[in-house]
Amino acid sequence: MIQPIVFIVVTITAFGLAFVQYKRIRRNVLLGQDEAIEGPSSERWRNMLLVAFGQKKMFKNWIPAIFHLFIYVAFLLTQIELIEILVDGATGHHRIFAEPLGGFYTFLISFIEILSLLAFVATIIFLARRNLLKVPRFHKPEMKGWPFKDANLILYGEILLIIGIFSMNGADMVLQSMGAEGYHQTGAFAVSSWLGPTLFGGLDAGTLMVIERFGWWLHVLVVYAFLNYLPISKHLHILLAFPNTYFARLTPRGQMKNMPEIQKEVAAMMNPEAAPSSTESQEETMPVFGASDVFHLSWRDLLAAYTCTECGRCTAECPANITGKKLSPRKIMMDVRDRMEEVSKNIDSKDPKFFPESPQTMLPNKLGYDDGKNLFDYISREEIHACTTCNACVEACPVLINPLDIILQLRRYEILVESSGPSDWLPLFNSLENSQSAWAMSTPRDAWNQ
Amino acid sequence: MNRIPTMAELAAEGRQPEVLFWVGCAGSFDDRAQRVTRAFAELLQSAGVDFAILGQEESCTGDPARRAGNEFLFQMLAQQNVAVLNMYEVKKIVTACPHCFNTLKNEYPVLGGNYEVVHHTQFLLQLLKEGRLKVEGGSFKGKKITYHDSCYLGRVNGEYEAPRALLEALDADLVEMKRCRTNGLCCGAGGAQMWKEDEPGDKRINVERAEEALETGASVVASNCPFCLTMISDGVKAKDKQDEVMVYDLAELILNNGAR
Repeated sequence: MIQPIVFIVVTITAFGLAFVQYKRIRRNVLLGQDEAIEGPSSERWRNMLLVAFGQKKMFKNWIPAIFHLFIYVAFLLTQIELIEILVDGATGHHRIFAEPLGGFYTFLISFIEILSLLAFVATIIFLARRNLLKVPRFHKPEMKGWPFKDANLILYGEILLIIGIFSMNGADMVLQSMGAEGYHQTGAFAVSSWLGPTLFGGLDAGTLMVIERFGWWLHVLVVYAFLNYLPISKHLHILLAFPNTYFARLTPRGQMKNMPEIQKEVAAMMNPEAAPSSTESQEETMPVFGASDVFHLSWRDLLAAYTCTECGRCTAECPANITGKKLSPRKIMMDVRDRMEEVSKNIDSKDPKFFPESPQTMLPNKLGYDDGKNLFDYISREEIHACTTCNACVEACPVLINPLDIILQLRRYEILVESSGPSDWLPLFNSLENSQSAWAMSTPRDAWNQ
Repeated sequence: MNRIPTMAELAAEGRQPEVLFWVGCAGSFDDRAQRVTRAFAELLQSAGVDFAILGQEESCTGDPARRAGNEFLFQMLAQQNVAVLNMYEVKKIVTACPHCFNTLKNEYPVLGGNYEVVHHTQFLLQLLKEGRLKVEGGSFKGKKITYHDSCYLGRVNGEYEAPRALLEALDADLVEMKRCRTNGLCCGAGGAQMWKEDEPGDKRINVERAEEALETGASVVASNCPFCLTMISDGVKAKDKQDEVMVYDLAELILNNGAR
């Protein structure tokens, strides 16, 4: 038979191409700084189960949460069906699990069908929400162009997938009722047992077989297309939400990452006798003060950037964005990803111009990469200066992304490496340095206590 | 309010207080926040709490420096504070500023400063529960009060209940704003914004927040942070409602209610 051969070739190609892409993503995430994974793994599993698998944070707003859940559960359970499709495709069988599973098979496929129908409704509602209802967070400046198209494309893909499933099952139902050879009785599937006869009743067996095969191949091909589309799409979250919630920092929200190099230096300044001699403290690599590029961010921040699905819940809650400032936490995540993609493309080109003998950048990276650009070509100073560190974006993210961490790393670079930053902060810094208080006052600190 | 002893004075007598009151820069220097400092101190004194302040040995915790990105300055201030606190063997700290609260609680341990840190709203609630402080008078009974969650007490440190329990003790009619608790809108001062002009935009954040507070129809906005207090007061003023709507810290509300 030619079908199994075609299937095997298509499958190997799809998985092969996907492997190359996912390997590239892994490489890109690891361009970031090492950061140890701290805290108990039980808490990490709990986060992953509740937040990624259980979608706990989605349910802050239950209407989109319910519809999202339909698509998500349908997606998860359809993958069970995919196992059968893979086995059938490679061996030339038809519904190989139907006989051994018996009534449970009917139940399983029926369950998938009901969820697929719900997912179909959800998909239509999501398309309407994006394109007709004008929910503000879907129409911010950073969503213009590709991000907006990307969001719609996956929804169209979802519809194709559902058309595939119901053509396949519906035609099968009619063929079974006709007693066609090779279509063993599976029992009535919940949706296609009535949808099949309604759509395809009265067609001859030959046509029905073509429809059944069309549905089957459409299903397979859409799944393979998804697999290869995810790495260039915001929909990568369906995979990365799991590692991202697992690896999310467990430190208190209010604790900014400490900078041990500066801690040591200040300690030595304050107590010179206790300081280690200069030869001992010689570091092999130059410490990174903040971040001007993706290389200086933690790999977790880079993983988070790939996990972001651009839903914009962060931006909708950001006080700066609400009051018309340029800052949008979602854009920060999108910019980090875009910059990573640019760097990735350049690295893969192996063009020596990206690896100059003496890099111009103030914070070099271990690859010696320098294309004369950095994150500040994507993120403006105005954006990072507008942040109030209120943590609303952190709270809002359904998959535990922390845009604030990136903003603060950029601020650190600006102050510590460039010695720039808002000029309004100079009096604050001077006062803190000279009088240890946030305002320079002529009265003593405890004048109120007289 | 009677004069509060300093840690140094108590140490000279060989004494150590039950708790250190960390005043913070706003509480020390800002006119409006000073009134909160005195109100809270008065409550502590009437409850018979054995407490002291650091006085001139206190420095900024370093919160604004760190969040602006100036880690050097943060480390200088923080390490100096940790040295002072450890010298006096401080065990427990109470502060009326959620930014000081957060830094002392979450950022000093890694620098060798380990203390039990409580926010003044938590401390006051405990005093009420223990019966050391009583709310009488009922001048806020049935009055519409709205409560503004500060970011660093609420979202960052997860304390939403203690301040609300205090309002309940006042018998006030608590009306929540559209955005409250985990969704509470920032007043606009955090992340060292207090010391700089807003970036270009349509509106100031404090005005947006004041509008939400005014929408509730409450005559009092209760706050738990000296920066929120300033920002929201300014926002209310910008809407020209300063004569009808007052912005108070919870300590002031408890004191003005006649707590003894």
